[in-house]
Amino acid sequence: MPELHFSSWSAFFAMGGYSLFVWLSFGVTFALLGLLWWFSQSGHRQILKELAAKQARELRVQKQLKQSEQQSEQQQEQGHSA
Amino acid sequence: MFKWLDPYAKPETLYRICGLWFPWLMTAAVATLLLGSVWGLAFTPADYQQGDSYRIIHIHVPSAIWSMGAYSSMAIAALIALVWQVKAAQWAVGAIAPIGATFTVIALFTGAAWGKPMWGTWWVWDARLTSELILLFLYLGVIALSGAFADRQTGAKASALLAIVGVVNLPIIHFSVEWWNTLHQGATITKFAKPSIDASMLWPLLISILAFGLWLAALTCLRLKTAIIQNEQHRPWVRQLVASAVKTAAVKEG
Repeated sequence: MPELHFSSWSAFFAMGGYSLFVWLSFGVTFALLGLLWWFSQSGHRQILKELAAKQARELRVQKQLKQSEQQSEQQQEQGHSA
Repeated sequence: MFKWLDPYAKPETLYRICGLWFPWLMTAAVATLLLGSVWGLAFTPADYQQGDSYRIIHIHVPSAIWSMGAYSSMAIAALIALVWQVKAAQWAVGAIAPIGATFTVIALFTGAAWGKPMWGTWWVWDARLTSELILLFLYLGVIALSGAFADRQTGAKASALLAIVGVVNLPIIHFSVEWWNTLHQGATITKFAKPSIDASMLWPLLISILAFGLWLAALTCLRLKTAIIQNEQHRPWVRQLVASAVKTAAVKEG
């Protein structure tokens, strides 16, 4: 079984005098990995959002086209009856 | 073999596989990284020469190994993309490159932070360090080239070609500590002999190596998913996927 090497928390944080280098290394590593994960995740969400907006716009345009078609048909019918 | 592999290269299938694997890989990646780090930081004895500074090994060696592992996978994907024109492989090149670049930065940075107390300098223009720096530039080149052409296909081909040519650098990195006189110490575990490290220190190191591999796999899945829907956005299955994503989002908000 692995044994705990340090006798106290302060000894753990002191890292035998190498605290700056050890904690800097681990800190930067975790930060970079976390950032990469976050950017990848937000990039995925961003694309989904953009595509959803695009599709909603297309639907709106189609609806408007249909409406204007119907209106022009109605106008034509009115013109004929008059 | 290709008959068997072909359906997996179908974007829709690949997207589902990546989506299925990602949560498990990501969970395992975070768990093993924490386990390896805590074990390496607190539950191993100090090195008889380097004291507690050697604990940096538990992130330095895994990130360095996988900076090369990621490059190999990226180069294999690039080869498949160029030779067999598999689109999914081409997207994989773009998905892996930023991950590999991050690993390389981590390896270089932790190496510098380890070198300062042990060698007395953050950086030397030594064979191992310089070839690893070139690896970073290769990654950056692959990323930059794919966006450097007005025609995206040309850009993808150029970056795939660079990825393949850059493979030359991998054996140079690996054997640099044998071919040249260098400050960097020789291989500890990546050699055809008994590892020159005590078992109490080897286990957390192996776990950390596994952890970085899992990070690579998990983030590749995630980034590949993004690339797939971006490139296939006009396909019916992507449109359906987006529509159902909007619905679930609306249900969550409502």
